[in-house]
Amino acid sequence: MESIWLIPLLPGIGAAINGLVGIRFFGKRLAGVLASFMMGWALWLSLVAFWELLGDEDRFHQVTVASWIPPIPLDTVDGIGSFSVDWSFTLDPLSAMMLLIVTGIGFLIHIYSIGYIEHEPRGGVARFFCYLNLFCFFMLTLVLGSNFLVMFVGWEGVGLCSYLLIGYWYQKKSASDAGKKAFIVNRIGDWGFVLGVFLVFFTFGTLDFRAVAEAASHMPVETAAVGFGVISAICLFLFIGATGKSAQIPLYVWLPDAMEGPTPVSALIHAATMVTAGVYMVCRNAVLFTHAPMVMEVVAIVGVLTALVAATIGLVQTDIKRVLAYSTVSQLGYMFLATGVGAFGAAAFHLMTHAFFKALLFLGSGSVIHGMNEEQDMRRMGGLRQYMPVTALTMAIGAVAIAGIPPFSGFFSKDEILFRTYLHHGVFVPDKVLWGLGVVTAMLTAFYMFRLINMTFFGAYRGPAWGHGAEDHGHDEDGHGHAWHGPHESPRWMTIPLVVLAVGAMLAGFVGVPIAFEAVWPWTATIEHFLHPSFVAEGAHAAEEAHHMSLLGELGLMAFSVLIALGGIWFAYRNYVERPEAAERLAESLAGPHRVLTNKYYVDELYDATVVRGTMGSAGGLWTVDRQVVDGAVNGTGWTTIAASWVSHVLDKYVVDGLVNLTAWLCGEASYAFRRAQTGLIQNYAFVTLLGVFAFVTWFLVAR
Amino acid sequence: MLEITPLHYSLLSAALFMIGVIGVLVRRNVIIIFMSIELILNAVNINLIALSDQLQDLAGQVFVVFVIAVAAAEAAVGLGIIIAFYRNKETVNIDEIQIMRW
Repeated sequence: MESIWLIPLLPGIGAAINGLVGIRFFGKRLAGVLASFMMGWALWLSLVAFWELLGDEDRFHQVTVASWIPPIPLDTVDGIGSFSVDWSFTLDPLSAMMLLIVTGIGFLIHIYSIGYIEHEPRGGVARFFCYLNLFCFFMLTLVLGSNFLVMFVGWEGVGLCSYLLIGYWYQKKSASDAGKKAFIVNRIGDWGFVLGVFLVFFTFGTLDFRAVAEAASHMPVETAAVGFGVISAICLFLFIGATGKSAQIPLYVWLPDAMEGPTPVSALIHAATMVTAGVYMVCRNAVLFTHAPMVMEVVAIVGVLTALVAATIGLVQTDIKRVLAYSTVSQLGYMFLATGVGAFGAAAFHLMTHAFFKALLFLGSGSVIHGMNEEQDMRRMGGLRQYMPVTALTMAIGAVAIAGIPPFSGFFSKDEILFRTYLHHGVFVPDKVLWGLGVVTAMLTAFYMFRLINMTFFGAYRGPAWGHGAEDHGHDEDGHGHAWHGPHESPRWMTIPLVVLAVGAMLAGFVGVPIAFEAVWPWTATIEHFLHPSFVAEGAHAAEEAHHMSLLGELGLMAFSVLIALGGIWFAYRNYVERPEAAERLAESLAGPHRVLTNKYYVDELYDATVVRGTMGSAGGLWTVDRQVVDGAVNGTGWTTIAASWVSHVLDKYVVDGLVNLTAWLCGEASYAFRRAQTGLIQNYAFVTLLGVFAFVTWFLVAR
Repeated sequence: MLEITPLHYSLLSAALFMIGVIGVLVRRNVIIIFMSIELILNAVNINLIALSDQLQDLAGQVFVVFVIAVAAAEAAVGLGIIIAFYRNKETVNIDEIQIMRW
């Protein structure tokens, strides 16, 4: 446990080696194996740390590596304190769970990437693994950081890696645009997060999570009667940060576009880990949020609306990865719904199960795309289960899990969320409304997931034809660049992680079996008991609230949600397998809503018309001001100088030069009188000489 | 018979000198000007010899010999200049030789 600081550092070292040396010198396999080895090592250390944490009575361990901001005297409400920030890492139940998710799924995805990325050029492979390892470094820093600043380092770092990896195929304009979009939208969220952190500093004089929670637990709960106080403001700002990172309304628009990146990236960053950072951060500050019930209500509303809106958009998407992207947004909405109703344990539980089945679904879609020669449109797939049985089976398991069919993992976590939402008494929203929306979303989820499965793996094959011929049935080592021999199962590097994740998606739910099943399964709500210490302030070991209703009612709710999910699955089966034409007829009869959904509620267009155009317009205005006023002033100075120099020039030319020339001219004019003497005739000179001699002699003789 | 006195020599010398000076000043032909200069020199020579005889001092006659030698050298150099000039300008008219004026 002392060496948890090594866990983020190992992938960091891997990234440094791959980035500094690998891009130039490493072969494809070496780069991948190095990165995977680092992740495997980190996974091993995480497992060890987790095991040690289970044996630890405190369930809390903090390791300080170095001092970041040395102690500064600080005025606080109760006297002079001191403020300091350390590079310190915390291991507690919540971060341990995240640690296992990030290293475990990260390790599997690294393995998968070795197979997925092998058609890229050599340097590109090392670059990819460098980014991937760097991402894990930052993500683990985010998860383990024991104060807001260390978390913020990871928070920004994963945003950077997300940008780098979305734009991995940077020659493709859409990919680099998507990367920029993700980065900029995340910046908007980060603005909220930073303001929240400032406000935490301002209010509590410390940034350490534990100290903040401890301080906040002594403050009054800001109910509607108490009013909107400083904790509510902090939580609202932090939640803005979370909406950016975790793709919630209104900042969810970047996540579907982020699917331009390689599929393992979508699985790791945009499904399993990074996008859950917002949920993690809210859970981490559970004490703060429970003191701001009004903001919790906002979180729940935003969460459930995001879940619903994203699910409806997911109904009509035809790109296999986009369906999964909207599904991710929707499931993240569920998690926020859970945090919003105070069920932080359920949120974290769903975060974990979602990491399994969504990573599985993304990797499965990557396997399909790989086998279909980079085809992503589900309308050009179909009947693939006979070509790629492993992928089909594992993806089906993932779909069953996300749809919420027992005993797969999604059932337990989603049902826990719905159950807790059912019991929740809102501040502004009438009871059961959130639950109703959640149930509708659950049905939509089951429908669009099985629509995806049916369109991809069942029915008739609708994709492009391929050469069955014997012309070059010699061995093609790796399909691309050579002739494509039709859909095929992916290599072992890719299927093994799929199988492991499928097992996880099947079994992960058993750590959180509802209490209602106590009679048949004695280990109920294990994960919630385990995580509970992370959600309350130190020392305030309040008894866990009991959330009970009658056993029959709880079982009834479960049966209801299973029935809802089965209904969605049946509807998808009927429309896409039994009678494929039914879906089209349905789309035609509901042309208006269908068009709105296909265009994603025109949100991108709306943002483009308001925010993007507004920004561009004001930038243009400022540019004009710059050009006209600032440049004008500079140019005016220039012109003034030129004019002054012209005056000086005239003075010089006509006054100073004029005086000089006048002198010369006067001399010249005067010389005319004398130059007549210079006739050039010797006789004249001789005559003058004679006259001179005569005069001299005369003067000599007479005057003397 | 008329006694030839130093006065006569002086008069002759003065007459020759004036003829020479007038020749230098009024003639246009460079050769004639040259000859007039010779007249002036010889007028001086007559004066020197006459006074040498009168004063019984040989220095005057010695001086005359030098003058004759210098005159000969001067005539040679002068004629050389004139020939060189003529070759260039095809003239020996002194009115046309005024390239040294302003």
